[in-house]
Amino acid sequence: MPQLDVTTFAPQLVWLAITFCAMFFIMWKVAVPKIADALETRQMRVEDNLKKAEDLKREAEATLAAYEKALADARAQAHDDIQKVQNDLQAAAEKEEAEQNAKLEAKLAASEKAITKEVAKAMENVRGVAIEVAVSAVERLTGDAPDMSTVEKAVDNVVGKA
Amino acid sequence: MAEGHSPLAQFEIKTLVPIEIAGVDASFTNSSLFMVLTVITISLFLIGGMRKGALVPGRWQSMAELSYVFIANMIKDTVGSEGRPYFPFIFTIFMFVLVGNLWGMMPYSFTFTSHIAVTFAMAFFIFVGVTLIAIAKHKLHFLSFFMPPGVPIVMAPLLVPIEIISYLSRPISLSVRLFANMLAGHTLLKVFAGFIISLGVAAGWLPFVFVIALTGLEFVIAFLQAFVFAILTCLYLNDALHLH
Repeated sequence: MPQLDVTTFAPQLVWLAITFCAMFFIMWKVAVPKIADALETRQMRVEDNLKKAEDLKREAEATLAAYEKALADARAQAHDDIQKVQNDLQAAAEKEEAEQNAKLEAKLAASEKAITKEVAKAMENVRGVAIEVAVSAVERLTGDAPDMSTVEKAVDNVVGKA
Repeated sequence: MAEGHSPLAQFEIKTLVPIEIAGVDASFTNSSLFMVLTVITISLFLIGGMRKGALVPGRWQSMAELSYVFIANMIKDTVGSEGRPYFPFIFTIFMFVLVGNLWGMMPYSFTFTSHIAVTFAMAFFIFVGVTLIAIAKHKLHFLSFFMPPGVPIVMAPLLVPIEIISYLSRPISLSVRLFANMLAGHTLLKVFAGFIISLGVAAGWLPFVFVIALTGLEFVIAFLQAFVFAILTCLYLNDALHLH
């Protein structure tokens, strides 16, 4: 078995020592710091970016809250304004309506009064006409002029019933 | 590799450039070649992958970073934050064993982790290092490690030797696990590959299919053993830093 050949031990160990030490120094002084640097830079960059993102997020949230507050305020203000205008309008409308109603009622009353007057006047005319008609009709039928007071009485009787 | 070669022939150390320093044989062998290749591969992989150091990594950089994060998490999970200073060493151990194992999967290559001398040297270095860390941190209190807490004092004569033996056997188990896995896997591959030729066209496909499956398994083992080696190092380090 070649592994048990003691004469080969010395060169193996010498070269193991040389190569292993060389490699250890290369790793220690060059390779490991290089990799560690790259990893650390990346880690820091990632952390930095995460922090930045966190800040931006917080800022955005603050802006959103401010916007929402402004919106709510504006909405409340608008609501109040609308309410006020509505109330004013309603009051004005009510006042106007009351005035108009009063005016209309006055007009109505006046009209009714006029109508009653006219009706009375008309009735008076009707009575006059009816008497005349009755007098001329009786005259034609009988040839005699009837008694004025009797005709007036008869007409009054009919007109009063009507 | 010609027919008739022993399945163990692939583990032979061949001197490529004979070197001798102060009476010590320091020849550049096929084992040394693959150690050097391993170091070059890892350095190119990591430094090449990180050459841009991009904020958004590409595939190559992702893989380099993944290997780093994998070991960093392993240390964090087993040792905790106190293990951070030992990261470069454990990372080196893991990458060295992993890429050494993977180089061994190349046909005609050499697996330096299949040699007990190499694995034991690494395991022994870890064992000594971890013990020194424990002594430096806990001074004589370190000895309490061999007496598990909550055990009646009467049991001490029995338990303390057991604990000491289990502690001392750590470098052996650590090194033999890796070495034996590599040795067995590569030997098995070689044996079954030999069957393909000896059984011929008629029945040769059977070991061929088996070799394909085994190759897949060997890749898993190459990774798994590197992982086990690194995580056990972490656990030993955790014992040294926190005792119990």
